[in-house]
Amino acid sequence: MQKGGFNFDLYQRNVELIEKNNYKVPKTTKTGTTIVGVVFSDGVVLGADTRATSGPIVADPNCEKIHKISDYIWCAGAGTAADTENTTGMISLQLELLSLSTGRSPRVRTALTLLKNFLFRYHGYISAALVLGGVDFTGPHLHMIHPHGSTSTLPYISMGSGSLAAMAVLETGYNSKMGEEDAKSLVHQAILSGILNDLGSGGNVDLCVIKHKSMEFFRNVDTTNSKRKFRKKLPYMFKSGSTKILEKEIEEKMRKMEIVNEKESQIEELEEL
Amino acid sequence: METYLGEKQQARQWSPYINNGGSCLAVAGDDFAVIASDTRMSLGYSIKTRYSTKYLKITEKCSIVSSGMQADIFTLHKVLKSRAQIYEQKHGKPMSTDAVAKLVSRLLYYRRFFPYYTFNIVAGVDEDGVGCVFSYDAIGTLERVKYSASGSGSSLIEPVLDNQVALKNRNDIKKEEFKLTKEYAIDLVKDAITSAGERDIYTGDFVEISVIDLNGTHEDKFELRFD
Repeated sequence: MQKGGFNFDLYQRNVELIEKNNYKVPKTTKTGTTIVGVVFSDGVVLGADTRATSGPIVADPNCEKIHKISDYIWCAGAGTAADTENTTGMISLQLELLSLSTGRSPRVRTALTLLKNFLFRYHGYISAALVLGGVDFTGPHLHMIHPHGSTSTLPYISMGSGSLAAMAVLETGYNSKMGEEDAKSLVHQAILSGILNDLGSGGNVDLCVIKHKSMEFFRNVDTTNSKRKFRKKLPYMFKSGSTKILEKEIEEKMRKMEIVNEKESQIEELEEL
Repeated sequence: METYLGEKQQARQWSPYINNGGSCLAVAGDDFAVIASDTRMSLGYSIKTRYSTKYLKITEKCSIVSSGMQADIFTLHKVLKSRAQIYEQKHGKPMSTDAVAKLVSRLLYYRRFFPYYTFNIVAGVDEDGVGCVFSYDAIGTLERVKYSASGSGSSLIEPVLDNQVALKNRNDIKKEEFKLTKEYAIDLVKDAITSAGERDIYTGDFVEISVIDLNGTHEDKFELRFD
């Protein structure tokens, strides 16, 4: 009996549906995306945009792409949304169990190894491109992980469809002696470049600054690009009856409450604890 | 070569057509017409330019907007403009909106076996001063309608117009009681294309909007999202 892992029961059926019945494979929600990571003197800064696309349509204009692996290890994900969410989720659980059993705080390189081994097993079919950054007791670390399972350790990284736009900014502005404010500003500009120049990226800028035993998450730090520019003055009015009512059924939701037993003394005991 | 889902990958064939994205729409009232298009030109996931016009004023009483391939839009508009000018010089008067509509249809069908990759909408006021909108497919099928939308955002815009202009699926307002005023139509067109800009990645940057009535054409421009 198969325990855990992926379920391939429907594989044969899917192959037949596509070949014989001309079935159209449903589109997956991709995160298009611009994600960025930069190492600075005291730690790392991660940045991401907030647009999730399904083909040419924006599925979620304000999603969260920076995932928590552990308190001071965070991971930004590009590619198929379900893949990035579940991969980072799974590794986050594995890392917590590991740190509980070893009695040590987790290391970034552990998360890196868990992620790369997982993705390599699936030979790129799990479409998750990740920027992993964090500060552990050995210092600040920043890594990039490709869907096939290869990794690189670099001082500044960009991934996703907007990676070229972001990298252009990073290459221009990066210097190895940056402080926190400079790094934050650089990451912000890099994500903005992706948002404005790449159609797969858009929405707001999310930032995550990780230092030794400190993490600050700036959700929607820049919302200038996501404001709707025109709004009709008269609202859309639909008077009651505009949708035809075919059947009506009214259910009573509130039932009378019966006092079965009064247990005041039990509440007092709890307060003492 | 088979992938895990059993899809067969075929050798890619060169295509002369590309889609530069963008949305267009037009709405006709009793004595006016409103026509609008965005100005973003995209290729794949990049923006080629934030301002590339898809709108052409043919006469004081008639304009056209097109979506699809920018090269074909440019050429079609060039040909259309010169044909309208030839007509005006030959006949001593500008083309009527009906004549323009038919001309566009014929120009498109002329290229039946190597079509213009354009999805056009012609709007204006006819000889009686009544607002009209003409909608086409790529090879010139002509249909006079009350409103139309084309381009990448058309599936987002058309249902809004169905509900707000044609009053489809609504039991609260009767068609006889509803009057489409110019202000309402302009606001609706602006709102509809702004909404398309929110959810369609190929629609954005700027919108050129034009109101046509018997007094002439009033052109305007406003901003959409840049992301």
